[in-house]
Amino acid sequence: MNCSEAEILLHALLDGELDAGNAREVEVHVENCARCAPQLRAYRGLRQAMPIAQLHFAAPASLRRRIEQAFPAPRPRATTRRSMLRGFVMGAAVSTAMAASLVVAVFRTDQEQRVLGDVVSAHVRSLQAEHLTDVRTSDQHTVKPWFNGKVDIAPPVVDLTAKGFMLLGGRLDYIDGQNVPSIVYRRRTHVINLFVMQGAAAEACEPRLQTVLGFNIQCWTANGLELFAISDINAQELREFAEKFEAALRPANET
Amino acid sequence: MMLDRTQRDLTPAWKMGRDPVTGNGGDRQQDKARRFRDAALPCLDDVYTLARYLLRDSGDAEDAVQECYLRALRHFDTFRGPEIKPWLFAILRNVCRSEFARRSGALHYDASLDGLADNDEDTAPLWQEPQASPETEIVQQRDAATIRRLIADLPQPFREASVLREINDLSYREIADVVGVPLGTVMSRLARARSLLRQAWVAEEGTPR
Repeated sequence: MNCSEAEILLHALLDGELDAGNAREVEVHVENCARCAPQLRAYRGLRQAMPIAQLHFAAPASLRRRIEQAFPAPRPRATTRRSMLRGFVMGAAVSTAMAASLVVAVFRTDQEQRVLGDVVSAHVRSLQAEHLTDVRTSDQHTVKPWFNGKVDIAPPVVDLTAKGFMLLGGRLDYIDGQNVPSIVYRRRTHVINLFVMQGAAAEACEPRLQTVLGFNIQCWTANGLELFAISDINAQELREFAEKFEAALRPANET
Repeated sequence: MMLDRTQRDLTPAWKMGRDPVTGNGGDRQQDKARRFRDAALPCLDDVYTLARYLLRDSGDAEDAVQECYLRALRHFDTFRGPEIKPWLFAILRNVCRSEFARRSGALHYDASLDGLADNDEDTAPLWQEPQASPETEIVQQRDAATIRRLIADLPQPFREASVLREINDLSYREIADVVGVPLGTVMSRLARARSLLRQAWVAEEGTPR
C-alpha cells in the first residue's frame, strides 16, 4: 500500500467501513509511515471536534404542518374484530407459548383465518427450541428431495444466500389438515418460514401482506402452489424476500 | 439512480389484492398515506437538514422538502426498504436537481460538474494533503454556526458526501446509492471533503499551516 491509497483508505478506516483484512493493512501502513500517521491523528481530531448533534437543522413547525396536511385525515375507525386484534398485537410482549395457544382460540371463524392461524402457530412452534429444521442444510438439492414421499407436492426450493436470505433447511409441518413442507430461511437474526400448500384451503387466501400477532405474512401463488412466507422481519424485507424468491424460480421453470 | 430504477418496477402480484389492513379496497389510498406518514415523518428533520446544506437557503429548503414528501408519497408503492431515509434523500436530490438548479445560482447540480469532478478523481494524486504538524493535528473547537458555514462553503459534490456521511450517518453503500456514483467515488469525495474542511477549519483559526 502506498501513501496515496492510504490517504483515502484511512477515512474508510475511521468510518469503520473496512473489513478486518483491509483495516489491518491500512493500520500497518499508517503505523510505519511518517506522513500518514499524523494525517490519521489529524482526522481523528477533526471528527472529535465536530459537534455533530448541533450541525442538524430542525424542520420548521410550519413545514411539518404543511406536510402533515397534505395527507388525508385519518378516518375514525369502527371497532371490529380485526382492529381489536390489532390492538392486541400492539401489546407485543406476548410470550411465544401464549401466542401459540391464543392463535388456536382466536382464529376459527373462516377458512382463511384458520390457515393463517395454523401458519402462525407452525411458525411459533418452529422457533421453539430444536424444531426449526428437520433437514438442516444450505444445499437446495438436498432439501428438495428430502420432501419426496413426505408430502404430495414438490416444493420449490431455491438458495437465496447471495440475495441476503440464507437457506437453513426444510421441515415438515401440519397445516389445515395436511402435511405441508416448510422451507426455512434466515435474514440476519430473523427466521423466515416459507410454507408451500395446494388445494382449496390455500386458495382461500388472497395475495397480500398481513400482520397477525405481530408476524408479517406474505402469501402469493406460484406454479399453482400457494406460498406463505412468515417472519418477524419488517414488511418491506418480507416483500423483498417474496420478490427474490419469485425471481429465482423463474429461470428454473423456463429450462 | 435509485429512483429511476424503482419506478420502473412492475407492481407485483401480491400488491394487487385488497388493502392489507382494512380489507377494503376503498381505504387503500388512506392506508398507504398512513403507512407513509408513519415511516417518513420521523425523517423530516434529516431530510430538511440535507436540503439546507444542499440549497443553502431556508426557504428553498422548505419548498424542496415539501415537494420531496409529495413525490415520495406518490411513489411509495415502489419503495423497497429496508431503510426509508436514503430513499427520501435520493428523491430530495432529484427535486433539487430538477426544480431548484435554475433558481439557486449557488447550486451546481449540472452533469458537467459531476463529470468534471469524477474525471479529477481518476487522476492521482487527487489533491495536495496539507502536511499535518503538531499544531494542526488537534483543531480548535469551533461553534456550530462556524462549522455549518465551513461545510456549506464546500463545493457541491464534497458538501453532499460530507453531509450524508458525517451528519446523516449513512454508510458508504447508501451514499453511493443516493448519489448514484460508484463506492470508490464516494471514498475519494469524502477524503477530499475532509481535507478541504480541515484546511478551511485551520485557516479559520488564523494559524496558517
